[in-house]
This record gives sequence, C-alpha cells and structure tokens, in this order.
Amino acid sequence: MIGIEHYVVVSSILFVLGVQGIFLNRKNVIVILMAIELILLAVNINLVAFSAFLGDLTGQIFAMFVLTVAAGEAAIGLAILVIYFRGRGSIAVDDVNRMRG
Amino acid sequence: MDFTASLALIAPEILLSVAGLVLLLAGAWMGDGASRLVSYAAVAVLAVCAFMVAPVLCTAAMGPDTVAFGGQFRADAFASFAKLLIYAAGGAALLVAPAFFERHGAMRAEYPVLVLFAVLGMGLMVSAGDLLTLYIGLELNSLSAYVLAAFLRTDERSAEAGLKYFVLGALASGILLFGMSLTYGFTGTTAFEGIRTALAGGLSTGALFGVIFMLAGLAFKIAAVPFHMWTPDVYEGAPTPVTTFFATAPKVAAVGLTMRVAMDAFGTQASAWQQVIIFAALASIVVGALGAIGQVNIKRLLAYSSINNVGFILIGLATATQAGASAMLVYLAIYVAMSVGGFVAVLMLRDADGEAVEAIADIAGLSRTQPLLALCLAAVMFSLAGIPPLFGFWGKFVVFQAAVQADMIALAAIGIAASVIGAFYYLKIVKIMYFDEPADKAHGKSDWIHWALLAVSAIFISPLGYLLTRWLGSLADKAAAALLFAA
Repeated sequence: MIGIEHYVVVSSILFVLGVQGIFLNRKNVIVILMAIELILLAVNINLVAFSAFLGDLTGQIFAMFVLTVAAGEAAIGLAILVIYFRGRGSIAVDDVNRMRG
Repeated sequence: MDFTASLALIAPEILLSVAGLVLLLAGAWMGDGASRLVSYAAVAVLAVCAFMVAPVLCTAAMGPDTVAFGGQFRADAFASFAKLLIYAAGGAALLVAPAFFERHGAMRAEYPVLVLFAVLGMGLMVSAGDLLTLYIGLELNSLSAYVLAAFLRTDERSAEAGLKYFVLGALASGILLFGMSLTYGFTGTTAFEGIRTALAGGLSTGALFGVIFMLAGLAFKIAAVPFHMWTPDVYEGAPTPVTTFFATAPKVAAVGLTMRVAMDAFGTQASAWQQVIIFAALASIVVGALGAIGQVNIKRLLAYSSINNVGFILIGLATATQAGASAMLVYLAIYVAMSVGGFVAVLMLRDADGEAVEAIADIAGLSRTQPLLALCLAAVMFSLAGIPPLFGFWGKFVVFQAAVQADMIALAAIGIAASVIGAFYYLKIVKIMYFDEPADKAHGKSDWIHWALLAVSAIFISPLGYLLTRWLGSLADKAAAALLFAA
C-alpha cells in the first residue's frame, strides 16, 4: 500500500536533487533552469498528494497555479539567458563572474 | 462578505493592473519616444493608489470588514502602511529612471510598466491572507524584478545581475513553495487563519519543516544572512534606478509578508521561529557590517548596508510583540527614505562625460567640487550609521526599545555593539568625501528631479524628521494593531 509518506519521500528526494543541481552544477546555466523545474515539480507532487490524502481540492488548484507560474518563470529565465549570451558569448556557470567581492 | 464589497476592497490593485495593461498598449503604439510620458502617467497612477489606501490606514481599519474573497486578501491598516511605502519607493524609482536610461539610449516604455506590475505584486504580498495570494503576489513581483535587473541589455554587468537574481530568486521561490506545500499538508489548509488554528494545538515535525522552509525562502527575499549572497552582485550590476527600487520597495513588501506569515499564520508557535529570526538578525547585522568594510564600489557598499539594516529590522520581529511590529514599520519608513536618498545621490555622481562614477576612491574630495551633494550623502551616511541628531537613530532606538521591553536585553546589546562596527565604514565615506585630496571626477550636472528627490529624503532624515516621530509612531501603532488583530 502506498501511503502519503512515500509521496513525501519522493518529492523530498526530487527537491534535494534540484537544489544540488543548482549548486553542484559547474557547466551550463540551462542545467540550472532544469534543476529549478525539478524543484517546482517536487512541490507539485507534494501538493497533489496532500490534496488527495486530505480530500481537499485547494492543493490541486495550487498545483495549477504553480505550473502556470513555472512556465512564465522559464520563459523569463531563457530570455535573460539569451541577452546574457549575446553579451558574453558563453553560458558556462564558471564564467558568470564579472562581479566579485 | 459579498463579491461587490470584495471588489471595492481591491480597488487599488484593480487600478494598478488595468493601468499597467493600458500603459503597455500605449507604449507599444506610441513607441519608445513616449516612454517619459508613460513613466509620468505611471507615477500619477501610483499617486492615485496612494490616495485610495491612505484612508484605510488613517481610520485604522481592521477586522472582518477588511477581508476580501473569503480570507484570500486583507485590506487592513497594516497592508496600507506597507503599500504607502511601496508606492512612494516605486514612484521614486520611476522618476529617477528616464534621465538615467536616456543617457544610455535605453529608455523604453516597458520600464514603467514592469515597475507597476512589480508594485502590484508587492501590494498583493502585504495583503495576503492565504498562501495562494502570497505566492501569486511574490511571483508577480519577482518575475518583473528579474527583467528589471537585466534592463540595460547591452551592459554585461546588468545581464549578469539579471541572471544571478533569476537563478537565486527562483531557488528562493522553490524553497518557499516547498515549505508552503508541507504547511498545507500538515495543517490541511492554505488560509493563514486556518494554519494559525491548526498550529495552536502543537507543531508536528512536518509542519516545523514547513515553517523553517518558508522562513528560509522569505529570508532570501529580504536578503537576510545566510541567504544574502545575491544582494551585492545584483545591487552592483543592476542599473542604478533599478537598484534604488530593489533596495526599497521589495524589501518593504518582503518584510511585511514575513511579518504577516510569522506573526499571523505561525503566531501561535512563536517560540519555534523566534530563535531562527534572532540568529538571522544578528548574523545579518554582523555580516553586513564586516562585509562592507573592504568594498571599493559604492553600490556594493550600500548593498551590504541594506543587509545590515535588515538585521536591525528583524530584531523587531524577534520580539514577536505588537511594539516590535510597530518599531519595524517605523524603521522601514526611515530606511526607505535613507535608501532612496543614498541611491539617488549615487545616481547623481557622474563624470564630465555623463558616465556613472561608482568607485569610492573617485568621490574623494567631493565636498569641494559638489558641496551640496556631498552634504546630502554625508547626511545619508550618518543616518544609516544611526548617529543621534539624524533620523536614522530614531529607527534603531525604537527597535532596541521594543527588544528591551520584550526582555531581550542581550539581543539589543549585541545589536548596539555591532552597529558601532557598522558606523566605521559609513564614517569612512564621509572622511573620503571631506578630508581626502579631490579626485575631481564627479562633476556632471544632474536633473532637477534628482535634486528634488534627494532634497526630500535628506530633509526627512535630517533632525527635522523628529517632528514626525509622534505621527509616524501612531500610524505604525495602528498598522501593528491591525496585523495582530487579524491574528
């Protein structure tokens, strides 16, 4: 029998993977965008599982909002990445270092 | 409460969103030539909104009459206080922008539109009565802010600031959202009132994780240590008018939101989050003070100064009392004036070709080349340091007073000791401006709007500001009472 705790464990693992993806990744900014999506999907699993478990629709409505905002967020992230690439000619994470200190 | 009454309560938000859309269309039709016009129209819209929310604050509105859409939205005195500050800061960011961007040939009609949408999002944040409203407001604000940070598209630093702000901001939203999902799961509701009731019986481990994740996400947004690392880079790289905006309005909104979440939704479990807030407050004060010491760029220095100030504001939250909340609001009002003054002064530092002067070494001897500007900047620095005749001292005083009243004498003592460290680098700027050999760099002419804004904020933070203490205090008390009444 799959209980609520299984869902929470899966979503926690996905969440941690997403956070690790942002901090450990040294190669490409696109991978960071994917990691952010992973975090948001972890949240959605949580919301939908809790919603079903509690018999309360709010969580599923919340998940819809999260999906919509995630689409907008990805669009804006890619747009910023494009102007960044135009100026620098690279999207390697190690090159994002014009400012330090 | 019926639907019409709810719509009446969100009238300022409706006006802001409709005006944002209309101005976007106007900008698209009339082209970038009309962007100055669109900016001034946006300022007018903000002024109208301010007149709409001001009565709510003056009448100290609270209770069921201020709740719209079944608890999703609260238009009480607390929200109005924060909104007035946000509108003022947004207006300042709109007024200083055209002269700056026109010099770079980058003034576009999108700028005022994005600021309006960000302000709308911030208004939703401080009025949130439900996790869903909170999330929508926060994202509306953040998504506009990411674009604003990268607004100077041809400037590499601006694009990098936008990218860094986006990645860390999205991570913060993710952490906050994960906390919200856990809070929802373990309390069974997303309404602040429901969460409060559910937590009154005790805090389960899952809900505790939810509280901690949510506070971590919010700490990112207010740039409190240990989630402050994006601040210096974003403040340095973003165009200066945008930095003026970031240092003021979103800070007010995020602090207001944190107050709502901590004192309302999690208010029955104050002991669970108080230690976290105390740690964040002290760490922010110390890191902000120490980090600023070695800086050579004045925008970066002001970024560390804002981290330092957030620490003082959080001391008020750590008390978890009404007096603490009121002190935070007074501090926020003074902080907005100091930040606007500081960044507008930085904006006015330009060399003969109109290029921005940002290196601290280049403002040496400013008192001889531009005495009035140097005087205003010195007033801002003394005020940020909290040196008594200036108004910045009052903000620190009320916060420490609230901490002492709540029997947190150790917290207040450490805060006062750390503010002495902070005074070092503020005074260093004053010393460089007044006693060093002139570098003779910054002598560009400035727009009258810049002078006017600088004059207004300089007068507010000058000793004349003390004439306002009673009035400001009573407004902040009304707002704090509304915050705790809802709770």
